[in-house]
Amino acid sequence: MSLTNTLKKWRYRWFPDHVVGEILSKNWIDNAIPFTIMVITVIIFGALLPNFYGGSNIGILARQYGELALVVLAMTTVILVGGIDLSVGSNFALGNFMMLYFLNIADLPVGLAALLVVLICGTVGLVNGLLVGYLRLRAFLTTLVTLIIVRAIVDLLLLQYAQQMSMSFYSSPLWDAMGMGGAWVFPFSFIVLAVVAIIGHIVFSRSGVGWRLLAIGGSRRSAYNMGLPVRRLVCSAYVVSGMLVGLAGVLYAARLSGAGSDTGIGLEVSALTAAILGGNSLGGGRGSVSKALMGAVTVLVLTNGVLRLGLNSGSGPMVLGLALLFAVFIDVRWMKNRQKLLSKVYVSPTLVEMPEPRPTNSGPFALNDRLNAVEVIAQGEVESPEDVILDDEDFLYSGNRHGDIIRYFPPDYTRHEVYAHIGGSPLGMAFDPAGNLLVCVGGMGLYKITKADRSVSLVTDETNRSLFSVVDDSRLRLADDLDIAPDGKIYFSEATVRYEMHDWPVDALESRGNGRIICHDPKTGRTTTVLRNLTFPNGICTAHDGKSILFAESWACRINRYWLEGPKKGTTEVLVDRLPGYPDNINRASDGTYWVALMGMRSPALDLALGMPAFRKRMARRIAADQWLYPNLNIGCVARFDDAGEVQETLWDRRAANHPMITSMREHKGWLYLGGITNNRIGRIRLSDRDEGWTGFASYWGKKKGASA
Amino acid sequence: MKQSTKRTMSIGALSQEKIVFAITVAMFLIFAVFLNGFLGANNLLALLRSVSVLGILGLGMLIVVLGRGIDLSMVANMAISVAWTIQLVGNGMGLGPALAIGFAFALTMSLICGLLVAYAEISAIFATLAMSSFIYGFGRANLITGTDVVYLPASFGWASQIGQGRLAGIPIPILLAVILAVLVYLFLKLSKHGWNTYNIGDNATAARITGISVRPTIVLQYMLSGTAAFVAGLITATAVQSMNTRIVNSNMIYDVILIVVLGGVSLSGGRGTVRNVIVGTLLIGVLVNGMTIMDIQYTIQNVIKSIILLMAVIADSVLNPRDEQTGQQGDI
Repeated sequence: MSLTNTLKKWRYRWFPDHVVGEILSKNWIDNAIPFTIMVITVIIFGALLPNFYGGSNIGILARQYGELALVVLAMTTVILVGGIDLSVGSNFALGNFMMLYFLNIADLPVGLAALLVVLICGTVGLVNGLLVGYLRLRAFLTTLVTLIIVRAIVDLLLLQYAQQMSMSFYSSPLWDAMGMGGAWVFPFSFIVLAVVAIIGHIVFSRSGVGWRLLAIGGSRRSAYNMGLPVRRLVCSAYVVSGMLVGLAGVLYAARLSGAGSDTGIGLEVSALTAAILGGNSLGGGRGSVSKALMGAVTVLVLTNGVLRLGLNSGSGPMVLGLALLFAVFIDVRWMKNRQKLLSKVYVSPTLVEMPEPRPTNSGPFALNDRLNAVEVIAQGEVESPEDVILDDEDFLYSGNRHGDIIRYFPPDYTRHEVYAHIGGSPLGMAFDPAGNLLVCVGGMGLYKITKADRSVSLVTDETNRSLFSVVDDSRLRLADDLDIAPDGKIYFSEATVRYEMHDWPVDALESRGNGRIICHDPKTGRTTTVLRNLTFPNGICTAHDGKSILFAESWACRINRYWLEGPKKGTTEVLVDRLPGYPDNINRASDGTYWVALMGMRSPALDLALGMPAFRKRMARRIAADQWLYPNLNIGCVARFDDAGEVQETLWDRRAANHPMITSMREHKGWLYLGGITNNRIGRIRLSDRDEGWTGFASYWGKKKGASA
Repeated sequence: MKQSTKRTMSIGALSQEKIVFAITVAMFLIFAVFLNGFLGANNLLALLRSVSVLGILGLGMLIVVLGRGIDLSMVANMAISVAWTIQLVGNGMGLGPALAIGFAFALTMSLICGLLVAYAEISAIFATLAMSSFIYGFGRANLITGTDVVYLPASFGWASQIGQGRLAGIPIPILLAVILAVLVYLFLKLSKHGWNTYNIGDNATAARITGISVRPTIVLQYMLSGTAAFVAGLITATAVQSMNTRIVNSNMIYDVILIVVLGGVSLSGGRGTVRNVIVGTLLIGVLVNGMTIMDIQYTIQNVIKSIILLMAVIADSVLNPRDEQTGQQGDI
């Protein structure tokens, strides 16, 4: 039994469940299936065919690959825009014929001939483009028609000139190099392909035109409604397709120097199969050049392999048909189920053994009713004041969920104004020595409101990316609370890197160390991650002596100390543990101790569930989110602890009437001000036996010089 | 119901069907006046007979297209299933069992098409395109491994009358085409599945919500088109005493689409009747017959037919415009 427990612990400690979901959420995972198919195909035929990996075979394949892949790229270009181009096969034959015609009969130089061929084939594409893009005909039928017409034209031309052409044989160094030569080990056609592919990749992944084309493929209607020139772009895609096919035709002509009536027959099916096998989505919007290239490898190896195996004539089409069916089937299933799969595996709870909480029937956490006397400020006029703070002129500030910072006027705080608008969801706040207000904004990062003109500016919204993170964790998702060290460095917590602010219960369900402490140095402007893998780091507070910071790990129900200087510099130690609730913001108290808000109470059921990760995983998969086990956030309290970690006193509200939920508190001139993220009010309570002149601002930055009213 | 909406949509009651019909009549009159021997009874029967196979394939295609599908595997299915039947007879099997096996093969292949479209949710164009390639490849690799062409053995017996015989002076292919046209008409007009075909083609989601068993109906559509393919194949083979499997690589399937679309059947499904197919078939029949009498080259005939198909598609898109707002994603 203990062995299984140990194994279980090790399994949850070392097996990165969460990485599976993160990998699935990446876009490049779309390439996994086509890549696997490609590798399997190569391995199978490499084993079946003798000398498959030999230099000559690879050389021949590479030369053919250049032509095929160009046609596949042409097809892909059109598919990405949500169309299809069946005319590639006969257009290819036309390009091949015209090239030979120009060289052998019209006696044009190679360069000019190739250019003309590309233009001619582009014209066929233009016809497609005009019909499909501007007249909005169905791409399938339209290109089918051009397929037949162009094929007929090629047949007519062959009838006319085939004999004449077979008599003459054009030869020039350039032409021979195109057909047989190359650079280093790469055949000429392969180099051409590489250039086209790189350009294509940059266009589709980095350029505005490429993005617009993909947008049209993704949703033609939306693209049209947002004002993209849909018709022109669709048309241009077909033109590009035609030109690429023309280029492939030129290369084919250079390689074989022959025009037959079977040139390019069935090429459209091969190209289509390759494009789809590579993982380009039918209907458009999803795909890439690299996918097309992978698909082309698969199809080339497949068709060539079947041919070289010496099977009878039907095997080629049969295998190709099966491959196409398989590819489309996978494509359809993948599209349909990827998000479903992702949502099932993304939440990955881990094993947490919660220590027994401190008792609440006796000791410092004994229940009392001291918060019953809370006075209510701005009831019904503020939503979600997560944090409250007071400046040295007694003004009270809080955020709200509309993204404003609200300022309340002393002495009774009945009047208030919008101090500044940031957007997002303002959470923790702190004043710097100059009186500028620094705010952590959920979903946005760290912002500053200048005291002089109330202008809002971004301090930082990114940190250094962790070395082995699958998901880019350089952006700040949920900056939560901050404090400023004596040297001016800003330390702030990011509660979780895996979830958005409103998905915090899911992070609680995982209880993995998804959060971190980040430091921003205003002097250098650099932001670096200080501590990682913390369990929902929340409140953060510089110790009175400025030598360490204290931070709360909410779901772990403990408060830690991180040493900034001294002999333990750079280490973390647990200061208060076994809290009966989930600690939130921490702030200084007037007597050298610290206030901490407990935003909610632990429940035995959730504590038990934390030791059963498989159970929580099943819960997350099987039942609706509103029926999960949640941390209880309906009741909270305020506790005060000292530098040794001893809890001094607690303030409870048994009836939960005046101020039910507490995420933050600030002591100011004998009063304790309370904020709560689910509240519609701010509370304050008169404390007894406190320093009536103490302010948080002075505690950090000393008495203000003179200007005070 | 669909027809009435169509009529109200077309301005001045000028539907595509009527335009095509008018063109057919005009061409018929022109050919009748200017071409020698066009109007002869024998030529007219030959005309009808030559397009009867196309017409039968068109009827099968009609059913699939009405359900917003398309069956590109018809010609491959027709060629391989009938070629196999002939080969089995040639190898000494009885005619009855051979026909049964061939028919079963055609049905199985179209069943797979239907399953792929209805259950695997692969779009019809690609499922049937791939199946076409697969059927041909499978047939050539495993069933008809000898030559491209399978010749009709003498033991084919009464069945060879299907393509060659006459009844009351009328060639049997024409009679068969007419009978099938009536059957398809009755299927679409009177049977539950026929009605459901229209409903599915019109709006598959709505059809599903109202409780129509969409998927089985789609499978049925493909199986009916497989049946049509087998019948058409028998006529073709018995008429020319052989079945050339290379017909799969020809433009024949495009001709089938041509007559369906020409007649005014909408490729977005739910619109069209047997009448549309008949009109389309007649136009192609008159056109090909006239061009053949005029001795126009086969490739040029192809170009002319293609251009007419293009015109038909353009007319279709003008009469049933595709709106940017209502166009369906991935509908190519």
